[in-house]
Amino acid sequence: MRDLGSGEGLDAASGHGDARPALPAWVGWLAASVPAALALLFAGQVPAVAGGEPLRLSVDWVPSLEVRLSFLLDGLSLTFALLISGIGAFVLLYSGAYLGGHPQLGRYYLYLLAFMAAMLGLVLADNLITLFVFWELTTITSYLLVGFDHASAKARRAALQALLVTGAGGLALLAGLVLLGMAAGSFEISEIVASGDLLRAHSLYLPILVLVLLGAFTKSAQVPFHFWLPNAMAAPTPVSAYLHSATMVKAGIYLLARLHPALSGTEAWIWSLTVFGAVTAVWASVLALRQTDLKLVLAYTTVMALGTLTMFLGAEATVAVAAAMTFLIVHSFYKAALFLIVGIVDHRAGTRELERLGGLARAMPVTAAAAALAALSMAGFPPFLGFIGKELKYEGALAIASEPLLVASAAVLANALMVAVAAIVALRPFFGPRPAMPKPPREASLRMWIGPLFLAVLGLSFGLAPSLLADLFVQPGVTAILGRPEEVKLALWHGINLPLMLSLLTFALGLGVYAVHQRLRAALAAAEARLPLTADRAWDRLLDGLKTLAAVQTRVLQNGRLTNYLLVVFVTLALALAGSFLVFRDALQLPAAAPALLPREWGLLGLIAAGALLAAGTRSRLAAIAALGVVGVGIALLFVSLGAPDLAITQLLVETLVVILLAVLMVRLPGFGVVPSGGAWARRRDAVVALALGAVVTAVLLAVAAAPFDRGVTAFFEAASLPEAFGRNVVNVILVDFRALDTFGEVAVVMVAALSAFALLRGGAGREAPK
Amino acid sequence: MNSLILSAATRVLVALLLLFSVYMLLRGHNQPGGGFIGGLIAAIGFALYAIAQGTAAARAALRIDPRDLGLIGLALALLAGLSAALFGDPLFTGQWWFLGGGGGEGGDKGLPLSSVLVFDVGVYLVVVGAVLTLVFALEEEV
Repeated sequence: MRDLGSGEGLDAASGHGDARPALPAWVGWLAASVPAALALLFAGQVPAVAGGEPLRLSVDWVPSLEVRLSFLLDGLSLTFALLISGIGAFVLLYSGAYLGGHPQLGRYYLYLLAFMAAMLGLVLADNLITLFVFWELTTITSYLLVGFDHASAKARRAALQALLVTGAGGLALLAGLVLLGMAAGSFEISEIVASGDLLRAHSLYLPILVLVLLGAFTKSAQVPFHFWLPNAMAAPTPVSAYLHSATMVKAGIYLLARLHPALSGTEAWIWSLTVFGAVTAVWASVLALRQTDLKLVLAYTTVMALGTLTMFLGAEATVAVAAAMTFLIVHSFYKAALFLIVGIVDHRAGTRELERLGGLARAMPVTAAAAALAALSMAGFPPFLGFIGKELKYEGALAIASEPLLVASAAVLANALMVAVAAIVALRPFFGPRPAMPKPPREASLRMWIGPLFLAVLGLSFGLAPSLLADLFVQPGVTAILGRPEEVKLALWHGINLPLMLSLLTFALGLGVYAVHQRLRAALAAAEARLPLTADRAWDRLLDGLKTLAAVQTRVLQNGRLTNYLLVVFVTLALALAGSFLVFRDALQLPAAAPALLPREWGLLGLIAAGALLAAGTRSRLAAIAALGVVGVGIALLFVSLGAPDLAITQLLVETLVVILLAVLMVRLPGFGVVPSGGAWARRRDAVVALALGAVVTAVLLAVAAAPFDRGVTAFFEAASLPEAFGRNVVNVILVDFRALDTFGEVAVVMVAALSAFALLRGGAGREAPK
Repeated sequence: MNSLILSAATRVLVALLLLFSVYMLLRGHNQPGGGFIGGLIAAIGFALYAIAQGTAAARAALRIDPRDLGLIGLALALLAGLSAALFGDPLFTGQWWFLGGGGGEGGDKGLPLSSVLVFDVGVYLVVVGAVLTLVFALEEEV
């Protein structure tokens, strides 16, 4: 009976999906076919794009704001698009088996496909605002993916942390992109990258750079924003494989590469990218050694890879950028494969703790082979693509003019640690003695191992045919990143030179570290325990502080006493208005003479003042209400006298309503007829606030009325009202026609206010009105 | 409130107030008035009725929950604004039709109908609905 309700599984909106029948397997194949078809489509464009002809597509979105849905397929975006859709297809296929029978599998497919669409939009966008919209969409969808296991507090915390860190960076990025667009005079990226010289000399260059880097560094988990990425491992493993190999975290790298021609080359760019990248790379590879959870090990090596990419993008030299581009591809292959393999181990053996794994190769030969291939590429052994990537990195590091020593030593150190990590990940679980595991291990299904195996083999085949990769992807990518035609050649054998020596040094160091890695880990763990503050704990303190601040200010400002609220509002208003007198000292001048009013208007003013005094002074509630009515009617009459009948009518009606409402309330209050006195001190305080507010408002009104009045808008409304809107009552025509959107907003607010007040009065009781 | 005078006067007054509110709504485009003012007058009429006869009677006379009334008004105003899109104009551009007009410059243009009028009716309903939601709830709760 399982397949009876199969179609409903897709509609996974309810949080209680336990009774939901599992999705049939073909849904997974169907979901995977979407990115697979896209990957083929993109692959079909490779020859044209590699030939130097980027594809463009552009549709107006918000023309008045220069926002266009324009897309560009050049060497850089095509490489990313292929990685996103290709790895995405394998991940979706894998997920069907990994999460098979999960009650919310349909929801999972939806999130993953939505994320994929956002990611593709991000790398293809050729408009800053379009790019930003997709950027934020990846943030939101990755939040949903990381928090997929929503019943776990750990997953929820990780998801929120990722959302807040990358979301905050996103805000900075938005500001940076808007400034960038304004400085360049265009929001089209292809036009911006062409005006790099103008931008570098622009006075806004530094703010733009800082804001854009904040966005890129938070997204790509650079120190000190690196802590969210390992926590995001709370996501299901295929999600981690996808988000942390080719997509989400590479978005920041993509942005740096995309804006490279526009912003790079300055001291600020070179130093911030090199230093942040180098620190991130080394620090993350040290932290990777410290972990025992296989997934966390991989997470930290991802951070290390992101640091390396950032470091190389800081450079101008062609070979450094080519190193970044090659390593980007290499890393996506082996990291996606290894994450998926860790998922298989976890799925089949029931644990991913290094200490509890071993000897799996016999039970899972295909997985072990894929792991070995991927790890060899990661460690950079010939003839794998990883070797070419590593050689290129050393060559690139040595070619960086400003600080070759820093970059090269950081690269050697990070790579050596990566050799050790690769050995740990691929050797420990699969070889050696087999401890007792939670589940008897057995080989995974084809859907699970096909992806890692394919990606691992790809790492080998491109290593054997490096010129193919160079011509089709690296060279067009480097051309796009540097904004000038470049020629890149990749080869396995460069002869005996310095990079090769460094490579040998790396292997020796790495294997040495592997030999002592258990003792090293213990030492690192002990050192970490002594650290007073890690970034993760600092984050918790920050959030706790924010909550405490919110609680304190709520207690002070919103203590539930209406008197207090009114006092705060009125004091703030009085201070703000008084402040405006100080700020706009020149514009706001009190008139020398009193305004010329008719005798009847003076009379009305006297009436209003008398009503106000009576309302404040009387001890009788009924008298106070009546006195307030006098004030209101006096104001309405003033409006009549000044020629504003609409205002006068509205004022009178509102006044009538207020009296009715107050009467209804007051009649039923206890102690009818007597205003409770808040004590002499409170009355004096209220009097001071009232008089001060009255004085300040009067002064501002007098000053504003004394200033010359721009009648431009009024004149337009008066002239256009009859011929264009067919109405002689200008006030009403403005309300319902010229400014109808404002009016709509106002009536919506009125309705929401009424409904909220209703809910408060009813104390949240049901909707049924009493009969 | 058991007042014979209020109760008797209300019967006449409420009818007059409601009629007057529609008059104010319709004349609003050319003379003082409009949906806001009309809505307030109608709301005062019903509030008066509720004081004189009780909220149960007022709710029965209104026939529809004031919250629903307000939301219908909001929807009506929104639809009136969106209708401009059907004619290819920006949102909230008024659409006008003149039925049976004599034509000619300055002559009788006929009966003016417009999306603006629909919008104003929406405002009217929102004001009636919102005010009565509050008045009824206050009278029943306190």
